[in-house]
Amino acid sequence: MNELAQQIVSGLATGSIYASMALALVLIYRSMGVINFAQGEMAMFSTYLAWQFAQQGMPLWIAFPLTIAIAFAGAVALERVVVRPVERAAPLTVVILCLGLLITFNGLAGWIWGYTVRTFPSPFPTTPLHIGSAAFSSQDLGIIAVSLLSLGAISLFFGKTKLGLAMRAAALYPESSRVLGVRVGWMLALGWGMAAAVGALSGLMVAPVVLLEPNMMQGILVYAFAAAVLGGIDSPVGAVVGGLALGVGLNLIGAYVPVIGTDLQLTTAFGIIIVILLFRPAGLFGRRTMRRV
Amino acid sequence: MRVNKYWSVAVLALLVLVLPRFVPSYAAFELTFVGAYAIGILGLVILTGTNGQISLGHGAFFGIGGYAVAILAQKLGVPFWASVPLAAIVSGILGLGLGLVALRLEGVYLALATFALAVATPSTLKHFKSLTGGSQGLAVPSLSPPGPLHGVITSEQWLYYVTWVIAGALFLLTSIALGGRLGRALRAIRDNEVAAISFGVNPQRYKTFAFGWSAAYAGIAGAIVAIATGFVSPDTYTVALSLALVTGAVLGGIDTLWGALLGGVIVEFLPLLVQKINPAAPSVVYGIALVLFMIFLPGGIARSIQAVIHPLRLRREIHHARS
Repeated sequence: MNELAQQIVSGLATGSIYASMALALVLIYRSMGVINFAQGEMAMFSTYLAWQFAQQGMPLWIAFPLTIAIAFAGAVALERVVVRPVERAAPLTVVILCLGLLITFNGLAGWIWGYTVRTFPSPFPTTPLHIGSAAFSSQDLGIIAVSLLSLGAISLFFGKTKLGLAMRAAALYPESSRVLGVRVGWMLALGWGMAAAVGALSGLMVAPVVLLEPNMMQGILVYAFAAAVLGGIDSPVGAVVGGLALGVGLNLIGAYVPVIGTDLQLTTAFGIIIVILLFRPAGLFGRRTMRRV
Repeated sequence: MRVNKYWSVAVLALLVLVLPRFVPSYAAFELTFVGAYAIGILGLVILTGTNGQISLGHGAFFGIGGYAVAILAQKLGVPFWASVPLAAIVSGILGLGLGLVALRLEGVYLALATFALAVATPSTLKHFKSLTGGSQGLAVPSLSPPGPLHGVITSEQWLYYVTWVIAGALFLLTSIALGGRLGRALRAIRDNEVAAISFGVNPQRYKTFAFGWSAAYAGIAGAIVAIATGFVSPDTYTVALSLALVTGAVLGGIDTLWGALLGGVIVEFLPLLVQKINPAAPSVVYGIALVLFMIFLPGGIARSIQAVIHPLRLRREIHHARS
């Protein structure tokens, strides 16, 4: 029983990382109707920045917020300069442009920091936390707490602030919003910035676990795809629930189903994506779309 | 214009024939890879350029072709001339399977699913150790020239000729098929599926077929590369390979046969050229080129050259790219 509880908590920890990445994808999907394939590599690059700051002797409680701020500003600039020219182009064009960004960030990280695997400092204590007879890793609990706090902050931002309202309006009804004085272009850029900030946070959380290297986010991105698809790709709540469910599910499968184990987790994620898209394309919480032909 | 086309193909064929006489053996080896990548990218020209279905997972079919040849040769002793077509059939059938799934996924969703396939490929290959040899991979026997040519040409040169004969045949076949009814149907579905249906084109059948057809080409390309390198291992078939194929297709020109050929040249030589600067330089150059091409030259190099040669087409291309 204790072991099961520990597996579930550690699944919730990886799940909340998937949830953050999935939320980053959903934020951009809702505003532009595209998947930002570069989301994972942007997060990886930000994580390297934090590592660099820490190497220079900067304390983590300054380095991490600074990294997230840079990720935000960088993504706003990226949207304005690179994505804007293709905003109205066919989805495939935007997808390929995002792939270009993916390859570029991956290459830049390899160029600047090399391909050696590095350890990454964890902001959480290493002593386990005992509840009853079960011992939970403080890192796992820390990851869950940080992710839930940030996801809560984002939902408050969208629900309770005027800027959040303007962003939702710009995503759903760009033309009417423009008429009402919302600067739709800047709302998109802001969406990119927020997505990159959430992504950077998940990179910072996951790096102590998977270790820092230029390809570290590729698998995470696929799990985030699966989480977003599971929850419904236009639903922020769905992204979070999907991420947590996927984290717990994969962790339990890894621990108790030896046939799949840990080798086939990515394959399982691929299978989940296919099955959900085939049989319930709207996911658990997404809206069904109808199209007039 | 027609005459022009035949001449350029004839000159190219002659060039392919005599080139090994004038370049060192390792260059013939590199040109073999150009041919193989061109075949793989030709598959993307059919699928993405002509039919409008994106695949970010063609590296997986590349891998299936490579592993098919390795397993057939090592475990069953099947000779080259039989194993390459079999590799094409195996990856073609799996491509048809993915094509059936792809029928229900559009645009971004298809990109997402095939990307997941590409990322999941190496760990899946590693898992089935008894068949794939796990992380070690499998050795692939090399191809030696037949009896009468023994000693006349090296085995690198022989593989070069075999590759380019296959490439030539596939390009010819594709050119004929895309120039006729099949090509028209595929393009009609890409441009307006509803209109295509009302003209009696069955999109399900054509789209599935395009996926299988294109996967078979990727399988052939993977088989040739496996024979040329002499081994297959899971880490060859990463998402980077899938992305390199897409990059080659986009930079070369995703909706022309010439684009596939140019793409093959780019995928083989661009990394060789820039990795002297830094091992990560190929990625940076690929990535930035993709971004710049999407913004400024969505038709790729081949379309841009055609626009220079035939200025009248330019306007039509711009119109096409914008719509």
